[in-house]
Amino acid sequence: MNRRKFEETFFKLLMLACLGTVVGSLVAIIAVIAWRGLPALDLAMVTQTPKGGFYLGKEGGILNAIVGSVYLGVGATAVAFVISLPVALYLQREYTRRAWLTGFIRLLLDVLWGIPSIVYGAFGFVVMLYFGMRVSLLGGILALALLEIPILTRSMDEVIRTVSSDLRDASYALGATRWETAIKVVIRQTLPGILTAVLLAFGRGIGDAASVLFTAGYTDRIPTSIFEPVASLPLAIFFQLGTPFPEVQDRAYASATILVALMLLISLSSRLLLKRLTKYVAK
Amino acid sequence: MFGRRFADLLATKFMVVMVALVVSIVLFVGIGLFLKSLPILGSHPLNELLFTTSWKPSKGEFGFLPFIMGTVWVTALAGAIAVPISLLTALYLAEYAPERVRATVKPMVDLLAGIPPVVYGVWGILALSAGGISIGFNVLAGGIVLAIMVIPVVTAIAEEVFRTVPKDVKEASLCVGATQWETAKHVVIRSSLAGVAAAIILGFSRAFGETMAVLMVVGNIARIPSSIFDAAYPLPALIANNYGEVMSVPLYDSALLFAALLLFVVILLFNVIARLVLLRVQRGVA
Repeated sequence: MNRRKFEETFFKLLMLACLGTVVGSLVAIIAVIAWRGLPALDLAMVTQTPKGGFYLGKEGGILNAIVGSVYLGVGATAVAFVISLPVALYLQREYTRRAWLTGFIRLLLDVLWGIPSIVYGAFGFVVMLYFGMRVSLLGGILALALLEIPILTRSMDEVIRTVSSDLRDASYALGATRWETAIKVVIRQTLPGILTAVLLAFGRGIGDAASVLFTAGYTDRIPTSIFEPVASLPLAIFFQLGTPFPEVQDRAYASATILVALMLLISLSSRLLLKRLTKYVAK
Repeated sequence: MFGRRFADLLATKFMVVMVALVVSIVLFVGIGLFLKSLPILGSHPLNELLFTTSWKPSKGEFGFLPFIMGTVWVTALAGAIAVPISLLTALYLAEYAPERVRATVKPMVDLLAGIPPVVYGVWGILALSAGGISIGFNVLAGGIVLAIMVIPVVTAIAEEVFRTVPKDVKEASLCVGATQWETAKHVVIRSSLAGVAAAIILGFSRAFGETMAVLMVVGNIARIPSSIFDAAYPLPALIANNYGEVMSVPLYDSALLFAALLLFVVILLFNVIARLVLLRVQRGVA
């Protein structure tokens, strides 16, 4: 009896320790980044593009990378969304009754999800070479879209699957077509979930460095067309950290702080959105 | 009437096209990488590429073993750290935690999952390698950083899985006098084995291909590590570090795309095998 009680207490403590480790890691990451980054953060960082000698510690900021990341993230998420939503809808039972087919598509999506972003980057570069494209915003958007498609599709698929069949049947009973039901009932009903999925994918897109490394390039200017190279926040951090100058490395920490703040903002707004919008969803 | 039917038809066709597009992405990536790897596969036998250790691209020697072993070491260490921590955390959140704790911790897990790789890398450099107790740039540093990246992924899925275990089953176990932990161990974990396996596999595939965070802390020396305190050079880091400047050396770009093909094939096999195992397990349970 005593041994069983001991086991119970032991594992409970162990679980609490693990929980503490997870929470502690998050706190440690944010604290360490902010502690090193905040002192180096100033207004010029977020309002100026790099001036001459920026990477030697002279003045300027990383506006090019912030704007570039937003361009890349918005573009990639838009492209991925246009592809993912139809696929997620198609995976529902109205469209494919053949279970093996949906199983197969979901398996492929899992494979796509698992493919490392560096592989998408390398593949994207090969494709761009084949078409004679140079590193550009467009290339970066396409590589990132590849990365985001499985994330978006699988999360929207999960959300759309939760719509009760009563609700759909009611719509069909009124004579609505599948498309009308999808647009007017299913999508409206799952809007909060879909938006959360979009924000999640947007966050992944903004944060990923490996896929844009060879496809989007890097530049100190803000691009004016999609055929120009574009900077991104993760790469800005990576390159600044790679210089031997402490001032520039400090700016890398400041850039990392900006990136983390951006992530917190995305996560927070998706949470608020979810709360606000679920009010209007039929349970 | 015609317009509505037509809109429905058009939408369906569009969906089919998009499905075909997504399905073909897998094909295109596989075939594209394979075609680009052909030059190196043609000039070097496969077992020489996979099982020799000499990496001198300028002399035409491409032995991938150090990089493969680097990936294996870092991934295995990350898994060894992350899996127990994730499962116990998930179990606590699903079975023990009061609703209030669960409601605070779950968003934090999601947040941890959303932190970009490069930030993990920066943190790794600051916290693990430059702190008072310096770990240095090695397998251990890579494994720890990677473990923290994988933990939220595995935890979130495992927690969902644990929560789907019906209450009746748990209560039946508690009724016959099992403690909460015994119930967790014998009932909750056992009946969600398939889902737990899926969570772990997803975590592994995330760890396996992670590039930036690992690259920044793992040391990047092309030698097979013999302990966790040695530097390693995983495959993704190899691609990221060298792909920009490969054009001057013959076969170099083909070699790096072969590395990408390796990653792709392993992920593919991983997922297919996992799916088969899951089907087998589910059939066994049902």
